[in-house]
Amino acid sequence: MTFPEIKSILENQFPDFSIEEDLDARPNAVLVKPDNIIAILSFLRNHEEFYFDSLSCVTGIDNGPEVGSMEIIYNLYSISFDLHLMVKVFIARSKPEISTVSNLWRTADWHEREIYDLLGVSFEGHPDLRRILLPADWEGFPLRKDYQEQEKYHGVTVKYEESKPSDN
Amino acid sequence: MVYNEADLKRGEMIFNIGPQHPSTHGVLRLETITDGEVVVDVIPHLGYLHRCFEKHAESMPFNQTIPYVDRMDYVAAMNNEHAYVMGVEKMLEIGPLPKRVEYIRVLVAELNRIASHFVAIGTYGMDIGAFTPFLWVMRDREHIMRLLEWVSGARMLYNYLWVGGLYYDLPVGFEDRCREFSQYLKPKLGYLEEVLIDNKIFIDRTAKIGTLPLDLAINYGVTGPMLRGSGLKFDLRRVDGYSVYPELEFDVPIGEGKMGETGDCWDRTWVRMQECRESLKIIDQCLTKLNGDHKRTREFDPRAFVPKKIRPKKQDFYVRAENPKGELGFFFRTDGKSDIPVRCKARACSFSNLSVLRELSKGVMISDLIAIIGSLDLVMGEVDR
Repeated sequence: MTFPEIKSILENQFPDFSIEEDLDARPNAVLVKPDNIIAILSFLRNHEEFYFDSLSCVTGIDNGPEVGSMEIIYNLYSISFDLHLMVKVFIARSKPEISTVSNLWRTADWHEREIYDLLGVSFEGHPDLRRILLPADWEGFPLRKDYQEQEKYHGVTVKYEESKPSDN
Repeated sequence: MVYNEADLKRGEMIFNIGPQHPSTHGVLRLETITDGEVVVDVIPHLGYLHRCFEKHAESMPFNQTIPYVDRMDYVAAMNNEHAYVMGVEKMLEIGPLPKRVEYIRVLVAELNRIASHFVAIGTYGMDIGAFTPFLWVMRDREHIMRLLEWVSGARMLYNYLWVGGLYYDLPVGFEDRCREFSQYLKPKLGYLEEVLIDNKIFIDRTAKIGTLPLDLAINYGVTGPMLRGSGLKFDLRRVDGYSVYPELEFDVPIGEGKMGETGDCWDRTWVRMQECRESLKIIDQCLTKLNGDHKRTREFDPRAFVPKKIRPKKQDFYVRAENPKGELGFFFRTDGKSDIPVRCKARACSFSNLSVLRELSKGVMISDLIAIIGSLDLVMGEVDR
């Protein structure tokens, strides 16, 4: 099965959803709206012709305050049919929210926590949305383009400064 | 803390294992709820070794990120590099590279795979009380470290595979010494299997413990020897057939539940043991090729395809490769204007493999919990990145 076939099956199944494509991405990507993400991903997961049973990777990208959007990118893989698919979702940077897919693939649980941790996207319906890599009391989301380090963390200076060569 | 003392039932206790504990294989803290000796729930807390890999990767050119990639899974640095440089090369559409480069890459990656599995098997033995095999595998691993040091100049963190080639050709005489080593190691693997894997105490401690059903493994994104231990013949070296792996003969061992159930701790360790043998087969074939069809010549330049400026066109790209611990993936976004990625996300295999721990260890004894953690083969450098 090729990418155009997957896309046409999706378009036939969901005629009301606007589904675009990105052929520069490898594997090729479909762009979907955040409201439709659960419907489309669960269809992709359970359809007998693709059966995307494994979610390889979930990536969050911040496009910066000028563009004002964020992206969540799902890399799906079908072990049974050896198919790859990338699914991209744009969400508003002012309101970074999207439904969780951790009930479809449990591996999304920690990947979504990581995106929450580093980018501050909140996943609705996630069972345990906490920071995962950074300390629980860290301020800000480091992978955002406009991230500023906090001045002090428990009395330790956070910002790294080039030390000047000393005289001794 | 996720649990509060007020939430606990009568007789339950919050019990912290780690972050500083040898059996957690690094700085991993397990918040364990126990009822006597029985584990009620386990919540892993990570991040003690977080070194901001993704943030760093967004601030430097592709080739300068390679040393950071080494430090992710620091016991299998060559394999990490292989995945990373392969991804960048595919984005740049360099290649095909000279066969000698590819065979050297596979050779060093498989040497490193054996070293990584040795650490996994040896420390696992030590976790559950077998001390001798640990000393044996550390002795033999040291030979691999010395060989790779001879190749690259560093013992563990090599920066040897470059985008588009290699740092240097193999040192003169390396092929012969490597052949000697492979002859030396073959019987040693037999001893190791006899003393550790087939040992009655080891079987008692690991068989039917921490059984991971296949559907659960796929759902949790578990890959590598853990997935194969659960009985699925799935190896990216075969499935994707990257580099020169399609030209090489090797089997993909899977767990069959010989000592208990398919997917238990014993199966996972057995798969790792067999993979050492398969890697040794690959090494022998690579050496034959490197001494035969793709011999050292005066004209061979391992840096012939190394680009002056790494500037891939604008795209999103996902690459994956089979690491000793599972599928290592990199997601790149490039803007086509600079040699610095907009986003470089590492999909770490240990990260996904660790996430299944909570599922595996409900209702087991504390001593079995230690056996389960060891069988996951975690490297915290990769979990936390």
